[in-house]
Amino acid sequence: MALRTPPLRGRHEEVGGSFTDFGGWEMPVEFAGIRTEHEAVREAVGIFDVSHMGEIEVGGPDATTLMQRLTTNDVTALSPGDSQYACITDEDGVILDDTVVYRRPDEGETPTYLFVPNAGHEDWMVERWTDHRDEWGLDATVDDRTEEYAMFAVQGPDAVEHVREATENGSEVASLSRFTATTATLAGADCLVARTGYTGEDGFELVVPWDDAADVWDAFDGVEPCGLGARDTLRLEAGLLLSGQDFQHEENPRTPYEAGIGFTVKLDTEFVGRDALEAQKEQGVDEKLVGIRLVDRGIPRHGYDVTDTDGEVVGTVTSGTMSPTLDEPIGLAYVPTDLASPETRLRVVVRDRPKKAVVEPLPFYER
Amino acid sequence: MSFETPDDRKYNESHEWALRDGDTVRVGISDFAQDELGDVVFVELPDVGDEVAQGEAFGVVESIKAVSDVYAPVSGEVTAVNEALFDAPEQVNEDPFGDGWMLEIAAVDADELDELLTADEYVDQVA
Repeated sequence: MALRTPPLRGRHEEVGGSFTDFGGWEMPVEFAGIRTEHEAVREAVGIFDVSHMGEIEVGGPDATTLMQRLTTNDVTALSPGDSQYACITDEDGVILDDTVVYRRPDEGETPTYLFVPNAGHEDWMVERWTDHRDEWGLDATVDDRTEEYAMFAVQGPDAVEHVREATENGSEVASLSRFTATTATLAGADCLVARTGYTGEDGFELVVPWDDAADVWDAFDGVEPCGLGARDTLRLEAGLLLSGQDFQHEENPRTPYEAGIGFTVKLDTEFVGRDALEAQKEQGVDEKLVGIRLVDRGIPRHGYDVTDTDGEVVGTVTSGTMSPTLDEPIGLAYVPTDLASPETRLRVVVRDRPKKAVVEPLPFYER
Repeated sequence: MSFETPDDRKYNESHEWALRDGDTVRVGISDFAQDELGDVVFVELPDVGDEVAQGEAFGVVESIKAVSDVYAPVSGEVTAVNEALFDAPEQVNEDPFGDGWMLEIAAVDADELDELLTADEYVDQVA
């Protein structure tokens, strides 16, 4: 099947971007090099094309009820312009996807929500939303906007200055607090600008009309273009999860409590999976996602076995890399709860050889 | 993008180079290969005294994003290993044909070098 392409695919290629298949999209993975891009975001600013992320808009009189029943967080806590991180779980409390839910600042008479499922999940999520809407007899609209909006992330300590300069109502945008959004005009385009991100740095995510993508991207001329390679190393240092890797509902079914994102679960709301999660919260989890750092030379990678000091396999690495900021080999792994405390000694099996590792508190990096 | 491909050495299809110096063959990876890998952050090499066989993996190069085996262009005993790469693996990116070399092999059969690609043949392969 042909890969879907972001609106600036050709533009990225012109400046030397290399590409990868990500969730069915042909996305830039690297421009000047992962280390260069990573450092730009940690020390100054970088811009990512994340147009592969889905966008689904939910409106109508029962939009709040529908969102509340299908996401784990409490959407009624959102005022217009607020956003929240949430999980989408099945009846067993297993994470199907993670998402950011925005309550649109420019909503009509009733709240309108935009949520951002992971790449390639939007068809699945639209189906889930419409099926449940119909089953529950709710009056809500569910529209896939994925190919109507490009999405860019401007991230790093200097992001606020660049976004302020590029935006007509720059001072309003610069004063946004974390997880709030507003509408703004960038390069003549009406955009949703949110103070959110996936790098562990200050920054913004811009939801941009597809046809205006080039104009908005050009407004950040001089900002380091960054690919999904640097996005991965940055998010891992920040202890943020990657769908399909750190959780996958079929191959590695995990609940928010196991994945360390129990803060997204509001048990005083009614949602699919609530009862299972309440039971798990009472009983406690058997396994938890932890940060690990290799003490021996080597790099933990997705799929590598984790053992205890006796050599018994106790878990699997879900993500790993050489951290560009810390210059240490780091990773994430699910291990039994009794081995999840910081400083617990473990082993990671790298090419059949057990390497000494230690549990580290998450995040590895915090600005 | 053009890559350096010095013609004083031979090349594996799998992107290693081999430079003969008497009975010894120095081995590294090509400019093209280091560029494809991206930032090299870890190199695993055999010990001096280990035997390697032509076409078989002798070590591993890891970039931030990927793990790649590296293959011996000739058979023989490892007589030297570039231990500087353990602390400075970025030399593979910065100087793949010089300071980024990986190991030296006492070749048991110098004719094996003849089976490798010339610089021109290698350029054709990666073009």
